[in-house]
Amino acid sequence: MTSFPILSLMLLVPLVGAVISLMSGRETARMVALCATLIDLALGIVLWAHYDIGGAQWQFQEHADLFAGFSWKLGIDGIALMLIALTVFLMPICIGASWTAIEKRAGEYYAAFLFMETLMIGVFTAQDLFLFYIMFEAGLIPMYLIIGIWGGAERIYASYKFFLYTLLGSVLMLIAMFWMVNEAGTTDIPTLMQYDFPVQAQTWLFLAFFASFAVKMPMWPVHTWLPDAHVQAPTAGSVILAGVLLKMGGYGFIRFSLPMFPVASAHFAPMVWGLSIAAVVITSLIALVQNDMKKLIAYSSVAHMAIVTVGLFAFNRQGLEGSMVVMLSHGLVAGALFLAVGVIYDRLHTREIARYGGLAINMPYYALFFLLFTMASIGLPGTSGFVGEFLSLLGIYQQSSLIALISTTGIILGAAYMLYLYRRVVFGVQVHADTAAMPDLDAREWAMMVPLAVAVLWMGVYPETFMAPMRKDIGTLEARVAIAKPRGDADVKTVSRKAAATAAVALGAARVGGVK
Amino acid sequence: MDFLHSMAAVSAEELLSSAALVLLLWAAWGGDKAARAISVAAFAVLVAAAALALPALTAGAGGKAALAFDGHLKMDAFAAFAKLLIYLGAGVTLVIAPPFFDRFKAMRAEFPLLILLAALGMGIMVSANDMLTLYIGLELNSLAAYVLAALLRADGRSAEAGLKYFVLGSLASGMLLYGISLTYGFTGTTSFDGIRAVLGTGPLSVGATFGLVFVLIGLGFKISAAPMHMWTPDVYEGAPAPVTAFFATAPKVAALALLMRVCLDAFGGQVFAWKQIVICASLLSILWGAFGAIGQDNIKRLLAYSSINNVGFMLIGLAAGTAAGASAMLVYLAIYVVSSVAAFVIVLQLRDANGDAVESIADMAGLSRTRPGLAAGLAIVMFSLAGIPPLFGFWGKFLVFQAAVQAHMVVLAGLGIAASVIGAFYYLKVVKVLYFDEATDKVQGPGEFANTVLLVASSLFLSPLGYLLTRWLGALAGTAAASLFRFG
Repeated sequence: MTSFPILSLMLLVPLVGAVISLMSGRETARMVALCATLIDLALGIVLWAHYDIGGAQWQFQEHADLFAGFSWKLGIDGIALMLIALTVFLMPICIGASWTAIEKRAGEYYAAFLFMETLMIGVFTAQDLFLFYIMFEAGLIPMYLIIGIWGGAERIYASYKFFLYTLLGSVLMLIAMFWMVNEAGTTDIPTLMQYDFPVQAQTWLFLAFFASFAVKMPMWPVHTWLPDAHVQAPTAGSVILAGVLLKMGGYGFIRFSLPMFPVASAHFAPMVWGLSIAAVVITSLIALVQNDMKKLIAYSSVAHMAIVTVGLFAFNRQGLEGSMVVMLSHGLVAGALFLAVGVIYDRLHTREIARYGGLAINMPYYALFFLLFTMASIGLPGTSGFVGEFLSLLGIYQQSSLIALISTTGIILGAAYMLYLYRRVVFGVQVHADTAAMPDLDAREWAMMVPLAVAVLWMGVYPETFMAPMRKDIGTLEARVAIAKPRGDADVKTVSRKAAATAAVALGAARVGGVK
Repeated sequence: MDFLHSMAAVSAEELLSSAALVLLLWAAWGGDKAARAISVAAFAVLVAAAALALPALTAGAGGKAALAFDGHLKMDAFAAFAKLLIYLGAGVTLVIAPPFFDRFKAMRAEFPLLILLAALGMGIMVSANDMLTLYIGLELNSLAAYVLAALLRADGRSAEAGLKYFVLGSLASGMLLYGISLTYGFTGTTSFDGIRAVLGTGPLSVGATFGLVFVLIGLGFKISAAPMHMWTPDVYEGAPAPVTAFFATAPKVAALALLMRVCLDAFGGQVFAWKQIVICASLLSILWGAFGAIGQDNIKRLLAYSSINNVGFMLIGLAAGTAAGASAMLVYLAIYVVSSVAAFVIVLQLRDANGDAVESIADMAGLSRTRPGLAAGLAIVMFSLAGIPPLFGFWGKFLVFQAAVQAHMVVLAGLGIAASVIGAFYYLKVVKVLYFDEATDKVQGPGEFANTVLLVASSLFLSPLGYLLTRWLGALAGTAAASLFRFG
């Protein structure tokens, strides 16, 4: 649409900011970081404003043959646009959350965050398979440093676990990518999304990609890195981890697994459902018994992301749209909850739930915001959490009422652990004098909480704003996976012999197309 | 006419050998006082030799036209590519060595001469087109290397390193010679072209198989591939740091290039005979290098295991047996040489208040606070060696694995890349010590100017900026690899 390379600029701004803050002291570095992230936010708004809803599938495309073997190729669709919007929205808040909390080695800290922002936007904009991989993997380095240098007591163990877990998941994906490029003869993601890989190969390719995205997502049982990483990371690290990094797994499923390997996706859908419902129930129950606030929210993230995978593998519009909205909503809500924990952690330097209580008395505004985000996390109608979870569950219900039933327990259990957390932290009597003496939100914290609260309510009341840009792309995806869509347990009677024959022909065509 | 053509083709070798002899005379009269001047002169000779070797690469020389001295040498683009890397490694060694040896009052006039002679030997190795030329080049390089390892005579570790290297190296040379003699016995020729013609593509006779296996064992020792790697950690640790830097770069390039030439040229029709050996050596090296490194506290030993590990990855490119695999290996080698240069420049800069070398990794704790530049450089090298994008080290691994997948060796690629995660663990450990641990303030003192320049240059190369070079580097390596497959 425009020839102006706005996506490259969005990648460049934080990168330049990173280099500048690396070489400057605390005061300068945080100003530079704030400016860079705000510029990117402004660019993000411009991007959204100029995005032609319902127009071409890929917009703002850029292409430069800079490298051998792969190329600098950017472009976004509606799905990517929403995730970029989420990223640029959360980044200034992360910088704000670190404003006073980070005292040692601030220059390096802000540089790591800005570098992280470049890579996250890069993941969502890359249209070249290997460019995507580089951006996807490179995020390990800054995150490793953020957890390891500025994290809590067990930070070293957590940083190793985070790095090696995600690396092991990703390297197999790289081998699969080589195979795909060798087979299809192109590294262009939009072309690959249309390519019919041989059915047998799809199984292996799907599993290789699944290994990577399942770890990133994270799905049960490979989620164990997440609670450690979340708990040990500094507040802003947790916000960005929960807010954006986890979405890379879901984005991967939407961008790669489903459109590129539809047959294998359908084949493995029951496995994904099984892992997801296991995650919903198990991690929710684990969250119920946590004494550490961050750990509780971390486990709740795993449960919410399981709703995402359930919705994605429902193979219908409601499920796909719902999953995207859950991802966006969870990005805001989990980010906000970690921020809320960070606010009181900055005052008391403990995350132990038992050390708090009765905050509603001395921190009423804090209690209000915390309540809003708690309710959004539970999925109260009117908040962003409701829209996505409802749609996802509706989507899966069309496939399997049993899976839908078990997944829905996640909402009930979610209400249990979140309300229990809220009661223990905010209500009750004030036992500890130091807790009772904590001041309410200051201006900086207000400035971080208000935008999040507005966004959460907006998405809850008028989700159309966020769903409209994605509608056409979700439709394309739905049409793409339709050939392999498994038969739902609800339409036993409606499926005719003829429809089944059509599906078999389509499968055969995919096979022949792949073999040649 | 033919003789003149040959003389012109080996101009770089002529320059190196005559310059080495002249400088030897200078050293004999000038003594150790002239050592620095001789170093500078030797550096200039290497630059000139590189300039003489370059045209073969840019012209894409190969095939019959590149043969010299009745086919004993093949001065093709492949040899030129390897030679440039060898001269780079040798040149860097000449730059970083004098300040190091000065501290021990051990800057000897022989040092630059030995480097030149080793470079000459390596140049012959990579252009060898005959088993005997191969052996002469290898021995010329090895004899110089044994002396270099033991250069710090007063230091027990250095002497031990030299002795170990010599004994084990001689054993490997013996095996190599035995393999060459068997090959000669069963093919009737020592020329690579002849061997390829006689062996054809049919089944390999038992005798020739033995010959091939012994040749590969001998060469495997030189590239320090597992299970012939035992000498590497001890020699790397014991040898003076600049010499270790030399061992990690130039001879590695030469031996790997030689191995490629032997496998793809002499035994090029018998890919299936050596493929399984190379695959075994590759996986063993990756695993042994990774597991062996985990327990190391000495940075030089760690880098030794890292080099074993990296050789394993390069062998994956060879195992592919294609031009793409060979080209990937050459790019990997180029990146690996720069990584090694950066790593050893940093090792040289790590000194305590007395100026003694700090080699223990534990003593580098918190280096990021006391010497941020140095720590950042080492972190870049470590992440790059681990092959984590966006650092340039990833590109080498990327290419070799891509070549393996293109050659339908998906299982090998999968195993190799999964094993690379084990390797990542110890690289992370170093970064952890540098960045996460409390500062010990062990490392003191300013860096040498030349070292800093080298470090900055190599760090920039390894940084994401390196990707801008991929087209250029890929084209050069592609030309070089193509000439390897141009017979007759």
